[in-house]
Amino acid sequence: MSEHLPILQVVVPLLAGPLCLLLRHRLLVRGLATAVPLACLTIAGLLLHRVQQVGAISYHIGGWAPPLGIEYRIDLANAYVMVIVSAIAAVVMPFLPGHMGSAMVRRREHLFYAIFLLALAGLLGISATGDMFNAFVFLEIASLASYSLVALGRHRRALVAAYSYLIIGTIGGTFFLLGIGLMYQMTGTLNMVDLAHRLPEPMSPGTPGSRTVLVAFAFLAVGLSIKLAVFPLHQWLPRAYAHAPSAVSAFLAATSTKVSYYLLVRVVFSLFGAAYVFDALKLDRLLLPLSIVAMFAGSTAAIFQTDLKRLLAYSSVAQIGYMTLGVSLASVTGLTGGLVHLFNHALMKGGLFLAAACYGMRLRSSRIADLAGAGRLMPWTTAAFVTGGLALIGVPGTAGFVSKWYLVLAALEQGRWLVAVLVVASSLLAVAYVWRVVEVAYFADRDAGAHPIKEVPPLLLVPTWILIGATVYFGLRTELTAGVAEAAAGVLWESLR
Amino acid sequence: MSASILGLWNYWAVIVLMMTGLYIVTARDNLVKKVMGLNIFQVSVIMFYVSMAKVRGGTAPILVEGEETVLYSNPLPHVLMLTAIVVGVATTALALALVVRIQEAYGTVEEDELVRIDDDDG
Repeated sequence: MSEHLPILQVVVPLLAGPLCLLLRHRLLVRGLATAVPLACLTIAGLLLHRVQQVGAISYHIGGWAPPLGIEYRIDLANAYVMVIVSAIAAVVMPFLPGHMGSAMVRRREHLFYAIFLLALAGLLGISATGDMFNAFVFLEIASLASYSLVALGRHRRALVAAYSYLIIGTIGGTFFLLGIGLMYQMTGTLNMVDLAHRLPEPMSPGTPGSRTVLVAFAFLAVGLSIKLAVFPLHQWLPRAYAHAPSAVSAFLAATSTKVSYYLLVRVVFSLFGAAYVFDALKLDRLLLPLSIVAMFAGSTAAIFQTDLKRLLAYSSVAQIGYMTLGVSLASVTGLTGGLVHLFNHALMKGGLFLAAACYGMRLRSSRIADLAGAGRLMPWTTAAFVTGGLALIGVPGTAGFVSKWYLVLAALEQGRWLVAVLVVASSLLAVAYVWRVVEVAYFADRDAGAHPIKEVPPLLLVPTWILIGATVYFGLRTELTAGVAEAAAGVLWESLR
Repeated sequence: MSASILGLWNYWAVIVLMMTGLYIVTARDNLVKKVMGLNIFQVSVIMFYVSMAKVRGGTAPILVEGEETVLYSNPLPHVLMLTAIVVGVATTALALALVVRIQEAYGTVEEDELVRIDDDDG
């Protein structure tokens, strides 16, 4: 049984999705949809534990040996990503029934859970697989499910947001597919380990085919950058997250961009290798300025938003900038910073979007102006939002501080003082946009004529506080996140070579 | 020059299709036409894989008794494209479903009109 864990990680949610369609009964479906992410979390935890002890696990699907068969390859890096993805899915689940607004949707609740579980299966599949084409298929499963989830938002604008997300996402996915094709043309393999061994030869400049490999890398990098919403390819993200149901925004913000980041890091470091990407191509010269612009442009745009979810979405663009900054510093410390931030940002942005979902449930609006008086009337939700906001800023004692610490450290290691200063300076912008919300929530009075509001039930407060509490916990105890991320960065740096 | 154009004509066809698709996606306001553009764009990649695997004079990779050395095309990219076609169909279906919902909610599928309606809403 335990040797089949890598495939169970993906197959359990993948089968549970269609099973929801067959069960139909509301309580059965809810029970199944609650149990599956917890089961995934258990499996991911077991895998992470095993990988820490014995190193990378290679699982041959159907007993066909790689590179001909499809291999699932679990090492520290993807076990770490799978833990965070399934943990977020488990935490978000109690929020989903709250989004069954109209009676028409409530009758089709099982469809909603089916799509959600398929999205989870896709995201876990991208992380688990060691085969590039398999990664493409899971990327599209996850993306198609995300488009439909975004379209379920209350306002009709959600439909337009989902449509434009679909168009840009498909272009990204197709670029990725084209990159895989070009790589296959030069190497004749799709297996990641095999690719890592066969790519170096056609990569060296001057050999025939070196240009094909260069084009392949360009398509892979741009395709994944679209899915990751790297500045300036981020346009779809604020619209999609602002109009999706809040719990869906929490789930997607905390998992979907993170998995794309993992895949990008895998392609850059494991497949092509730092020597090619940074020494020969000088990708850092492009990615570093883009990351820094993302940090400032995203945060500045967030300051001027009037909608809470849109503010958080623009903040995500900035936070993705920190993660790609970690890649562009081209060092193990930098990559550690990026991976720690992947984990920490998933916790805090997940927690903040859940807090926004709590507000949305009581206020029936996500406008910042409508938060007036919420500080007194919904004290626990507002406290969660403030704590998450502090983590976003990077106050010491929160998880955000740990990731920024590693990024600053990586910049200073290379004597890049300016980059270190810019990381700290952009955090000050986060103070501005978090303060805008805090100011309204605590210091403005609620209109006399507005409908009365009260705190949300514990069923929703507990998941929110699990994530927010985790940002504090992992801000104080860093060995779990930073320790694993550092080891994972080491694995990615060395791996497959 | 002519060799690189004529000898690699399949790649040129892929590039032309791809750019046509991308142009339609970006330049058209009608959401249905955008989906068509997206389809053309995806088909270009499918054509790339299929033509890449073709071996001149090659046949299907089936073992024939008595003939030891059958010249056959690489089946793997062809099989991959079956999956990619399924992905493409799913994407098209979802996109068109969204267009139907947009038509119901807004009464139009022209992007410029959608932007105007949303702006009027404030």
